[in-house]
Amino acid sequence: MINSIDPRIKRADLEGASGFGALAENENWIPFAVFHQDKRGERHEFVGTIHAPDPEMALLFAKEQYGRRKKTVNIWVVRSSDIFTFAHEDEDMFETVPEKKYREASGYPVRKYINKYLSEKDHE
Amino acid sequence: MSAAIKNLLYRMADDELIIGHRNSEWTGLGPILEEDIAFSSLAQDQIGHALANYTILESQFGEPPPDTVAFNRKEKDFLSCHLVELPIGEYDFSLMRHFLFDHSESCRYELLLKSSFAPLAMLAKKIKGEIKYHTLHADLWITKLGNGTEESHARMQTALNETLPYALGLFEASDYEDELISTGVFAGEAALQAMWLDRITPIIEQAHLSMPDMTTIEPKYGGRRGYHSEFLQPLLTEMSEVFQLDLETKW
Repeated sequence: MINSIDPRIKRADLEGASGFGALAENENWIPFAVFHQDKRGERHEFVGTIHAPDPEMALLFAKEQYGRRKKTVNIWVVRSSDIFTFAHEDEDMFETVPEKKYREASGYPVRKYINKYLSEKDHE
Repeated sequence: MSAAIKNLLYRMADDELIIGHRNSEWTGLGPILEEDIAFSSLAQDQIGHALANYTILESQFGEPPPDTVAFNRKEKDFLSCHLVELPIGEYDFSLMRHFLFDHSESCRYELLLKSSFAPLAMLAKKIKGEIKYHTLHADLWITKLGNGTEESHARMQTALNETLPYALGLFEASDYEDELISTGVFAGEAALQAMWLDRITPIIEQAHLSMPDMTTIEPKYGGRRGYHSEFLQPLLTEMSEVFQLDLETKW
């Protein structure tokens, strides 16, 4: 008998356990991606994954897993396998080379033109 | 009048406290992580409902504070039914008890929405959404397992057959039924039982389980009058173990 002050250890009856058998069919649950909405009209945001045998159970679990700590008005679950993605080795596609600064707002320093305009306006 | 309402509040709160404690015994041992979290939350909600009712007892009727009432009362002073006292058993039994109990709770609070006793009507309104999740959780599990494998179906049917006599004990009439009904505080246990049966029957059918003949079942009564199963005292001893170490401590 394992002597523990945690009642769960006693209840678990670890010494009486016969080890873990192989997973039967249906025991290997499906991963779902969970999307959380904190206000009507706002975007649902990806918050994590859960395992469930089907979408109904996924919603059931997602509600407690992701909806119990913060304000929640709605939750989506999507089978993770239904999410299409780039491969991580293609990350280099997203790198912006320094010469492409013209594609970014920071590539257009306009403060001096604004100041010039404002000072001319003041002198009118 | 106040004796009738106090009796009702104790019956409700004691059921909620004891089933909350029982279901919390699954924490860390649930069948899978996600369900462990969900079931633990449900158990916590039940303790919350008990606290709300004990708080009404204190503020409206001058009963001792919730901690004292929960942790320092004699077994015979508890008015919980035998259903909530039973050990957690296997998960099939715990789910079936959760299904049968939480539907009774859901119906009870629905009836209390119209209670002439304002604190209970307000509490019923406040926890309506919470209880909606409880019955959703119970219904899904019962229908999934009822329609699952041969083994899961058989286990749920056995659980239903064995749990029903205890579930009917939920509706043991008190001495205050007529008073509660005539004053509009609560519609009474008989009305509650009929409503509950209407609510659970379609789910049992969806689960392809068969409902035993209710007229042949002998309900397990006694809890509402302080006569408990052998399982309550050990539970109370464990639950109040820490509290009893020092009754004067401020928590």
